[in-house]
Amino acid sequence: MRKEIRIAGFGGQGVILAGIIIGKAASLFDNINAVQTQSYGPEARGGASKCDVVISDEEIDYPKVENPDILVAMSHEALIKYMVDLKQGATLIIDPDMVQEDDIKDFIKERDLTVYHAKATATTVNEIHLKIVANIVMVGAITKATGIVSEEAARKSILDSVPKGTENKNIDAFEAGMRIVEA
Amino acid sequence: MVEKLFIQGNEACALGAIKAGCRFFAGYPITPSTEVAENLARLLPKYGGSFVQMEDEISSMGAVIGASWGGSKAMTATSGPGISLMQENLGYAFMTETPLVIVNVQRGSPSTGQPTMASQSDMMQVRWGSHGDYEPIALSPSSVQEYFDFTIKAFNLSEKYRVPVFLMTEESIGHMREKISIPKSVDLVARKEPTMSPDEFLPFKNRKNATNPMPAFGDGYKVHVSGLTHNEIGYPDTNNPKTHAVLVKRLCNKILKNREKITSVKSEFTDDADVVVVCYGAPVRSVTTAVKEAREEGIKAGYLKINTPWPFPDDDVKAVCESAKDIIVPEMNLGQMVHEVERVFAGDAEVHLLSKIGGELPKPSEVLNAIKSVGGN
Repeated sequence: MRKEIRIAGFGGQGVILAGIIIGKAASLFDNINAVQTQSYGPEARGGASKCDVVISDEEIDYPKVENPDILVAMSHEALIKYMVDLKQGATLIIDPDMVQEDDIKDFIKERDLTVYHAKATATTVNEIHLKIVANIVMVGAITKATGIVSEEAARKSILDSVPKGTENKNIDAFEAGMRIVEA
Repeated sequence: MVEKLFIQGNEACALGAIKAGCRFFAGYPITPSTEVAENLARLLPKYGGSFVQMEDEISSMGAVIGASWGGSKAMTATSGPGISLMQENLGYAFMTETPLVIVNVQRGSPSTGQPTMASQSDMMQVRWGSHGDYEPIALSPSSVQEYFDFTIKAFNLSEKYRVPVFLMTEESIGHMREKISIPKSVDLVARKEPTMSPDEFLPFKNRKNATNPMPAFGDGYKVHVSGLTHNEIGYPDTNNPKTHAVLVKRLCNKILKNREKITSVKSEFTDDADVVVVCYGAPVRSVTTAVKEAREEGIKAGYLKINTPWPFPDDDVKAVCESAKDIIVPEMNLGQMVHEVERVFAGDAEVHLLSKIGGELPKPSEVLNAIKSVGGN
């Protein structure tokens, strides 16, 4: 079953690394297939930045995301830019402090979206005391809300991807994400 | 033990180069190829190799040629604008039979074009870009694994035939991450070195369809490496028509007469196909999806993937597409390799170009629509 995931925010939030971690978790540790692609150029340096991951238990031919099954929005700009591509009945994960959900109430209804909330940015400031791990909080939220990768694979992938010496903070962030995500 | 990694195409290329025995890189950073240089800058010193960032692509190619004659397996990585600057020295490399590998991660062109977007618009540039008659080898990967595998293959072919080999990929594959397997050991072609005494050695001997051994500078052999038309000793002999004809024909024939040994293709669903999609590089990924969908709809479609655009695999393309009435060639340019397909078929089948420029891969739905529109229904 092919699943398309898009993680979007503004440049600097670490959406690319979040996508790499999900892709790596699926392909190296859950032993299914994954392809990760991302936006490049000026748009990746401050504007809306996106990271796409395709996950499938079959071989992945076409590597690009066209209509996501899952959209993770870490900024309002990214939400507005990419929500139109979502499949009918898709899953939307948002950081409620970073987006105005009221603005898209009608769209959520029309597209029959399942919405999850994860206060990733606030959690990193208040609990982890390290703002740069908001992306890893989101990895926790994605893992818990969608089950697209296993918890064990996500943990291994994080440890394989983050700089040495930051493992504990990142695992804390991952666990916080698993805990705070709610419908 | 096979090592499994989830990495970007350009990173896989750098790992492949190390595995192939590449120990010298000279280049000038350019999107979307820079990660090849970045990774080799980190890796090469660990393996006793050298990495040099040059002042431009002209000097980069010069340094790579020099390193190769110094006995190193050498490479560079760039994109279309860089290849443009390398063309003069590339001609010198073809004329002097210098083994080396050039990675071209293609982006939107002409000129500086679209640095962060994909294209396949340099396919003819690497075929005909430098002046004169010569025969390059080019490989086109369609996955991160193939990018790794083909990098090793590129070094092997370049050493075996003493010729520059191009690795023609696109931004799409260069920047994509996928799982790859790194084998513990790979088959490598070692450079053939002369065994006769320096007095008897003819570095540019007229051998029939075969490659001369190549000594490294400092080995004790006297070698004059000239871009001028040269005799078997290597000395300029520019006014002798026969010397020129023998030399240039040998340079071309060592590739053309070994075409079957060099080329490689992959095909699926072609035995009974009315429509065959002939493709290479990143668009193969869209084609495989489209052809499977066409088959599910009962359309007799198949595809032929060309791994080696140069030399063009004439016989394979002819054999695989024999039963086809229509041939579709998807390209991320306004039509380049399609001319080769037309040349091979010369009236036997309808050849249709499916062109897409602007930087995005053709979508599977676009390929499927093309299959349907040419008579698959």
